[in-house]
Amino acid sequence: MLRELARPYVAAFASRFLQMLQYRTAALAGFATQCWWGGIKVMVLAAFYGGASMAAAPMSLAQAVSYTWLAQGLLALLPWLGDPEVALAVRTGAVAYDRLRPVDAYALWFARSAGWIAARVLPRLALMAVFAAIALPLAGWSDWAWKPPASAAAAVAFLASAVLALLLSASMVMLLNIAAAAALDERGINALAAPVVIVFSGNLLPLVLLPDAWQTALLLQPLAGVVDIPARLYFGLMSGAQALVGLGLQCFWLVALVALGHQAMDRTMRKLEVQGG
Amino acid sequence: MPHILVDQLQKTYRISERDPGVMGALRGLVSRRHRTVAALSGVSFSLERGELLGFIGPNGAGKSTTIKILAGILRPDGGRVEVDGRDPFAHRERHVARIGVVFGQRTQLWWDLPVGDGFDLLRDIYRVDAARYRRTRDELVALLHLERVLDQPVRQLSLGQRMRAEIAAALLHEPDILFLDEPTLGLDAPSKLAVRDFVRRANRERGTTVLLTTHDMHDIEALARRVIVIGHGRVLADSPVEALRAQVMAERRLVVDFAQDADLPAQVAGARVHSRDGQTLVLDFDPAVTTAPALIARIAAAHAVEDIRLEGLAIEAVIARFYAMHGAAEA
Repeated sequence: MLRELARPYVAAFASRFLQMLQYRTAALAGFATQCWWGGIKVMVLAAFYGGASMAAAPMSLAQAVSYTWLAQGLLALLPWLGDPEVALAVRTGAVAYDRLRPVDAYALWFARSAGWIAARVLPRLALMAVFAAIALPLAGWSDWAWKPPASAAAAVAFLASAVLALLLSASMVMLLNIAAAAALDERGINALAAPVVIVFSGNLLPLVLLPDAWQTALLLQPLAGVVDIPARLYFGLMSGAQALVGLGLQCFWLVALVALGHQAMDRTMRKLEVQGG
Repeated sequence: MPHILVDQLQKTYRISERDPGVMGALRGLVSRRHRTVAALSGVSFSLERGELLGFIGPNGAGKSTTIKILAGILRPDGGRVEVDGRDPFAHRERHVARIGVVFGQRTQLWWDLPVGDGFDLLRDIYRVDAARYRRTRDELVALLHLERVLDQPVRQLSLGQRMRAEIAAALLHEPDILFLDEPTLGLDAPSKLAVRDFVRRANRERGTTVLLTTHDMHDIEALARRVIVIGHGRVLADSPVEALRAQVMAERRLVVDFAQDADLPAQVAGARVHSRDGQTLVLDFDPAVTTAPALIARIAAAHAVEDIRLEGLAIEAVIARFYAMHGAAEA
């Protein structure tokens, strides 16, 4: 019964996932870029830690380096653009067909967007792990390598959090998709989203390294759940009850953003007049 | 109870407009102008189960708008729609599960997915039973000659291949009702024939109710028993195809080349002068009123004639005249 209910959405996820996996060149190119930027970020962090008195730093240099590789590996998780398939459907008017399916249109788009994200993240994450966690130590650069999680418990918490991060990211991509559908063009909203997402997700810098006065607000905002919270769990910077708070924050934003997106999509689709023809 | 009921349907669109040129653009920054255009002003008709209805009319007449409303993707401003006893808007999911729709100008298949994968995805989206799906799909693939394109991504298909795949995609869940919006647009002759043949079989053998819009009168002639002509958002004619044909398709054209020094007649009894060019006279006539031999005999008896050619009037010309007759041509 439940399986039959979920069938369209599972199929939509799987189909998009398998389709995106085929773009090997894009994955390799993305990986190369992410290594390059990762290297630069690691050097900047090293200079930063070397110059200042970092005795009271909330994160050690080794952790910050590992964080950088992890964040680079998860780069494709960032919700900084809408799903191009949705954007194409909006521009060509094929979006009309989504109203013709006997399914929840939001859930269908959500499943496809999640598949799109997952298929871009997993190969790049695996390549990054091979490079930064295996190749770098073998080459004798253990100080600059990606270290394993703090503990087994941290690893489990990280995995749960990473799944939530994927769903959270999909819920944000959905908001971008809906904005693209409402505006009939995806470029404006994408340009707006990118800088905000890179800073507030913790991709640019671990959020703990940002000013102390901002810390509470930084942790409570929804983008923290995409990279920063999973990373804190990975390093054991959040453990025990704190880990539950981190996962709880992700769940809260997931539910809130899905509810918001669902409502916005209903409204947008109602207004969307399929033009021409 | 009719399978499809459309009662006094109203729909207006708001169109933004501005004067052309720089001044127009600048003025548009300050104040926007909108114009409302009535796409449908009181369209009513009904369809019985298993009927095949052709919908014709000039561009902008309201054909697609009607289909979009029936499919439940566009809300009317007024009037009532009932499809198989359902309100398409109140029961969207149940409604769309029982209809199939093809918009000739858009694609419902996933651009980067092979056709067969797209079909499989539709199977799961419509929750079609696996065995039943295999049977339906194999039948559709055979009838629409899709064997060779199943492995190809949709973006690589020719228009004819894509349209056949679209039609198959719309029927995988075995709908009771099929809406086809210009399914033969831009297709080559073999694809057109394949599509027509298929639609006819779906209608006759499965009893699928079909509503089809087209600009191609051959589609109507080949498929529909009943045709509705729509223009300016109103139903101009709703009649059996034979009646429409009798009304507008009866005209023939006679082209007469007169000898060099002959005088051309100003009028010919039983015919209408369409045009004259040098020594050539073009006459239109209705064979029910005057037969071709009688007309030729009459002209040849009174004038020196070099050549006479008899032409059927191009169907498009007849339809254009029909639209003009009803003041339906696009403004």
